[in-house]
Amino acid sequence: MTIDKQTVNRIAFLSHLKIDENKIEEAQDEFNKILNWVEKLSEVNTDNVEPLSSVNENSLVCREDIVIEKNQADKILANAPVKEYGYFVVPKVVE
Amino acid sequence: MTEITQLTIHETLDGLKNKKFSTVEVIKEYIKEMEVKRSLNAYVLETPETALSQAKESDNRYFQGKERRLEGIPLGIKDLFCTKGIRSTACSHILDGFIPQYESSVTANLFSSGGICLGKLNMDEFAMGGSNETSYYGPVVNPWQQNRNLVAGGSSGGSAAAVAANICAAATGTDTGGSIRQPSSFCGVTGIKPTYGRCSRYGIMAFASSLDQAGPIAKDVRDCALLLNVMAGYDAKDSTSANLPVPDFTKVLGQSVKGLKIGIPAQYRPDGLNEEISAYWDKGIEILRSAGAEIVDISLPHTQYALATYYIIAPAEASSNLARYDGVRYGLRVDGDHLDNMYINTRTEGFGKEVKRRIMIGTYVLSAGYYDAYYLKAQKVRRLIRDDFIKAFKQCDVILTPTSPTAAFPIGDKHMNENPINMWLNDIFTVSVNLAGLPALSLPIGLSADGLPLGLQLIGKSFDEETVFRAAAVIEKEAKFERLK
Repeated sequence: MTIDKQTVNRIAFLSHLKIDENKIEEAQDEFNKILNWVEKLSEVNTDNVEPLSSVNENSLVCREDIVIEKNQADKILANAPVKEYGYFVVPKVVE
Repeated sequence: MTEITQLTIHETLDGLKNKKFSTVEVIKEYIKEMEVKRSLNAYVLETPETALSQAKESDNRYFQGKERRLEGIPLGIKDLFCTKGIRSTACSHILDGFIPQYESSVTANLFSSGGICLGKLNMDEFAMGGSNETSYYGPVVNPWQQNRNLVAGGSSGGSAAAVAANICAAATGTDTGGSIRQPSSFCGVTGIKPTYGRCSRYGIMAFASSLDQAGPIAKDVRDCALLLNVMAGYDAKDSTSANLPVPDFTKVLGQSVKGLKIGIPAQYRPDGLNEEISAYWDKGIEILRSAGAEIVDISLPHTQYALATYYIIAPAEASSNLARYDGVRYGLRVDGDHLDNMYINTRTEGFGKEVKRRIMIGTYVLSAGYYDAYYLKAQKVRRLIRDDFIKAFKQCDVILTPTSPTAAFPIGDKHMNENPINMWLNDIFTVSVNLAGLPALSLPIGLSADGLPLGLQLIGKSFDEETVFRAAAVIEKEAKFERLK
């Protein structure tokens, strides 16, 4: 499978990354090299094989639905690049 | 006389208990040594003041006879661990100035046992890399033959180099595809990636959650065992943490390997394997055989598919985990005229080349239309790789292989950098273990003809680190590897 420039741009968009116009070809070339390389997996017969998403197959434990740490707004905001009145501040999204 | 900084943890603890030196003296020696060896670029942040104030507390505890398991031991912490009040960046520009408001569970375990933080150690950005060259803070220089400017390996390159260069007694590392074992091999030190679930991942910046595992890098097998005793354990804050008792890993050291079955996988000796590495592997086999172990040929037939499987699954998980870096809650923000552009500008400037590459691969293999062909396929092959190990462990108790196909290579090596896949091939002997969730240790076995350390890897059954340590101690004793002074 090979991918075209349009796909590279689309993947960048989905990743919230920007690729300079003059670097797209390089990215496309690299992408295709990598995809060709992982293509090797198609040799493997995986009929009737269940996917393994984690080696930890015990079902996840649920804890009680209670608040254990509260009133930490200051800590949560401590690293915010921009904050005001106890909120994260982002560029305006509605006019 | 041996310098304090050359001592192992065990020797340092002995000296502290017997009042040969105080913790403050130990810490001062290390701080001095760290200053002298700054050209290695192993630390990205030094914390001498907090280390000295902690040292005073440790000395008090020794005075009162209330010392804890690691009382006064100076540790370096990989920058991937959140350390409360101490800048933690995963060596990424996107986490500029991030000061965690909480402590990772593993470092909390170490510090509450008396371990002292000397600073934060360099690493590949978000643990993505095998040479420490993707770090925002620049590569670590391997302390072996420093004038040759060789890589320390990665991603825990700072950790392995700092231990080798005696600028911490031991260090924390993390291992997603070989990031503890490969740098340990390159720097002539010992490191173990425990079984997935053995150490809590809480407070470790996530790269690939189903593969990431923390572990120690230290000067010898005994130190690794002691550190793992402290680092491991159930943690309700990590839902994948194993609710199992942690045995005392130091107890098995010195036990015989008589009758132990050592598996040797044919697939780890491909055509063209470096002859020196092959010969040292044979030496490891001979050591265990002479000690009474039985050598068994085993087969791990899907080994050749492990790298491709890994380089689908790890980027897929990374693309999801790294979606959180958006310039809103922490770290770098690069302004944009509206919200989406702020996200895009922040991420484009904040992430380095290798991280962006992996985010994009991950996004692609998870995107509509390609999910089944890549991601689901890789997860199926992952099961086959794990099943290979399950079958092999019916015939043997522990597996012996080389850790890495090469010794340390030069920083900026042309071949490694011309194609990302060349760099990824370094992980060829280590990634399968992460896919299968098994414990594996790397220890130095000897030097190459041109004087660089080479390592062997021992792979154990799930939650059987004890057999790994037991076999490792036997090899270590016979290999008589000389650490750097």
